[in-house]
Amino acid sequence: MSFIAPNFRHPEQGANGLGLRRSDYEGALSTLCAGCGHDSVSAAIVQACFEMDVEPHRVGKFSGIGCSSKTPNYFLNHSHGFNSVHGRMPSVATGAILGNRDLLYIGISGDGDTASIGMGQFIHAARRNLDMLYLVENNGCYGLTKGQDSATADLGSVSKTGVATELYGLDLCALALQSGASLVGRSFSGDKSQLVQLLKTAIAHRGFAFLDVISPCVTFNNTPASTKSYDYAREHIDVAGALDFVPHQSAIEIDYAEGEVQKVHLHDGSELLLEKVGKDAGALDDKTAALAAMNRAQDAGRMLTGLLYLDTELPDLHTVNRTVATPLNQLGQDELFPGLDALEQINAEQS
Amino acid sequence: MTAPLSAVNEFVVCIANVNGTGSASANALFAKAVFAGGVPVAPKNIFPSNIQGLPTWFEVRISEAGHLGRRGDIDIMVGVNAQSLEADYAQVRPGGYFLYDSTKQLPQHFAREDITHYGVPLTALSADHFSDMRQRQLLSNTVYVGALAALFGMDLDRIKGQLARQFAGKERLIDANALALDLGHDYVRQHYGSDSCGLKIRELEPASERILMTGNSALGLGAVYAGATVMAWYPITPSTSVAEAFEAYCRRLRRTEDGEKRYAVIQAEDELAALGMVIGANWNGARGFTATSGPGISLMNEFFGLAYFAEVPAVVVNVQRAGPSTGMPTRTQQSDVLLSAYASHGDTKHPLLFPSDPAECFTAMADAFDLADRAQTPVLVMVDLDLGMNEYLSAPLAWPEGRSYDRGKVLDADALENLSERYGRYLDVDGDGIAWRTWPGSHPDKGAFFTRGTSRDRYAAYTERSEAYSDNMERLLRKWETIKTLVPEATLEHGDGEAEIGLICYGTSLLSTLEAVRGFDVPIDVLRLRAFPFSPNVGEFIARHRTVMLIEQNRDAQMRTLLVNELEIAPGLIHPVLHYDGMPIPANTIAEQMQRILRRTGIQVLDKEDVAA
Repeated sequence: MSFIAPNFRHPEQGANGLGLRRSDYEGALSTLCAGCGHDSVSAAIVQACFEMDVEPHRVGKFSGIGCSSKTPNYFLNHSHGFNSVHGRMPSVATGAILGNRDLLYIGISGDGDTASIGMGQFIHAARRNLDMLYLVENNGCYGLTKGQDSATADLGSVSKTGVATELYGLDLCALALQSGASLVGRSFSGDKSQLVQLLKTAIAHRGFAFLDVISPCVTFNNTPASTKSYDYAREHIDVAGALDFVPHQSAIEIDYAEGEVQKVHLHDGSELLLEKVGKDAGALDDKTAALAAMNRAQDAGRMLTGLLYLDTELPDLHTVNRTVATPLNQLGQDELFPGLDALEQINAEQS
Repeated sequence: MTAPLSAVNEFVVCIANVNGTGSASANALFAKAVFAGGVPVAPKNIFPSNIQGLPTWFEVRISEAGHLGRRGDIDIMVGVNAQSLEADYAQVRPGGYFLYDSTKQLPQHFAREDITHYGVPLTALSADHFSDMRQRQLLSNTVYVGALAALFGMDLDRIKGQLARQFAGKERLIDANALALDLGHDYVRQHYGSDSCGLKIRELEPASERILMTGNSALGLGAVYAGATVMAWYPITPSTSVAEAFEAYCRRLRRTEDGEKRYAVIQAEDELAALGMVIGANWNGARGFTATSGPGISLMNEFFGLAYFAEVPAVVVNVQRAGPSTGMPTRTQQSDVLLSAYASHGDTKHPLLFPSDPAECFTAMADAFDLADRAQTPVLVMVDLDLGMNEYLSAPLAWPEGRSYDRGKVLDADALENLSERYGRYLDVDGDGIAWRTWPGSHPDKGAFFTRGTSRDRYAAYTERSEAYSDNMERLLRKWETIKTLVPEATLEHGDGEAEIGLICYGTSLLSTLEAVRGFDVPIDVLRLRAFPFSPNVGEFIARHRTVMLIEQNRDAQMRTLLVNELEIAPGLIHPVLHYDGMPIPANTIAEQMQRILRRTGIQVLDKEDVAA
């Protein structure tokens, strides 16, 4: 960890559309190990929120337990945050989202927090298509308890313990896809430009946006034979197609040849331009094609990153519930109390 | 030969049937018709953990005197379940009555001479008049209701009126059931006349307005009135109907003209997630609650600790059933007292409310939400299967004119804007142990904080400093002292407080306790606990009485443990009176144990029956 917060600010760095500076989106000083992938993810979140003019105080940050779950403290200082209990972040986020549909919700979890103790809640958050960004900082190990394998450690991968993983590693993107998540993407904490594009897309999306971010653990799982190391990730990544996120205020300036690009409209009015790769690439909302592409990459010993799946039509939980537009936490006694006449009527029915 | 029992409006009917045969509506019809005639009634459905085939009993206490707990024996049995017939037959009190389906002959050894037998060919009568197979089975149940009406001298039109209410909109069912009622009624009149049974029901003009409702319905409705907007739950007997009632009343009372909902009900993936959702909703300023039973509370332990330590309001209804483990999931107990009071690891304790009837269940929800918001802590509303799932006679549900929601200490945008000093989420500015909270999204640059289950300082910043940790834990104790002033006081239910003998009870043990006490010829005071932490009058009551007994429905005298622990009382000062077989506590069990205790402690008491003898 570092002990000194840098005061240096780039002179060219100005204010965003809200008149806020990048520093208005930062958090407390990180206590993670120097070089931890998670700090890059926090920096990417700061950048995405800053560039998208997100109002910091209109964000709710959630996490469970573990190194990853400490990070909501390291970005968006003006947001309320909730560091809950191990593996249970999705349920706490669900309740909060039900209580106020107007905030932007960001959940940060790890592979230990999500793929083992929290698997049930994760799957069900996806199934309900909760309107939130759910990001897993995936390093294949339990950092905070000193490097035990997690359930996403790949078969044969060797961490600092020196013992090769003997069990099959879970693929959280495939699970999210199968469980009803409406946006699924994978990235690498070392590829900030792709990660920022994905984050912006996820923030603009209404529904469960799941991002699996390979985020190496420099202390316990950055070994030569680990499949979650910086070197391995850099050498084995295939990008599913370059993304260009266009915020709703901006005009599209880039010219693409017809057929090379898929254009997707997002809920907040933004547009997404996605480069089509390979002649067998399916439409973004083709689940079968997405799974096949992920499986093909895995069979070839590669890791497919980028936006893997997007369905902008799938209704989120509030839409399914037909909740009123006013956030439930803004309704007062006037709107919630059914009145004494109704009570008298109910008493009469029971007598 | 024992003389046949003779009583007007004071007896116990039991209907022994088979689960899944549709007897519930016929049984309810009978109980509600008695109630509609102004006679106090306490129906108890004793059912198996099963959908079809196992034995089920419907016990109805009829008591003009208002003794509506379980008495513990049966005056008239309707035995229509071959599996349990032998035992049901044996259960009838000497001098009592036995009504059976005479379509098949009773086995020869069913030859008690101390009871009166009524054979009514229920199956045959139904088969002769109804063609549909399923309907035949359903309506043979209504036939025994008609037969009982004839025996008890009830007004058949009263029952038919109730029938029309129960099946409103289903005319075909009303006609068929009315015919079935006539069949049973006429058969009894023709074969046994109108005066053969000494048990009679005579209609009354009720002294005050009363309702008949399940505790769970009142709890669900109470949450609607208390302003709950988020309900998360997982199916578990006997609490499921709280969620169902909340949703049904919301559908009726909380939708806009366009059908949009001012509420959200989520069936969670488990009880753990249910409490997580409740915590998330309350953290965000929406009133949320869940309802569960013992196994769910066990699962929720981790979250109880989080809500306690992070100081997030939450309301949890615990409809207790017989434990441990899966126990007897369809039977009643008060056996989660300790689990609920101290749920979670580390030093934790939670306020508990103990309503005794539907009107109190309704009010308890409003109290629980106000207390949870005011004290920023989880609050449990403790009922049991008996109150939750049975129709209880009660005063009408009431909401005091002008009562408004107490959302506790919340700084809104204006308050934050005007805040001159630095905001501290865990800063005890008022000295009552309760700090001010803020809801997410309120103010652009003031009031944001990080909620966590780890140690933190007064400004919500993570710390492992021992002094900061202890400081926080001690503030939580100060808050507990404040909570003592916010919970309902224990109430004196009988006596003038000057007796030598003092009984303490809570929840559904109240009615049977009061009945048991009336059988004794010495002054006895009865105190009813309504909340944990205990109000000051509880300790005073124990100190003032020479012999103190605590009546509860569990094996280990859990409330006694809680009293001994929290009030630092010598355990020998409180004599336990216990009942834990899964059935609602009967008055005669209480009376017998009281006799034993009084004899042991050297107090000479005769109960009234002994005096008469």
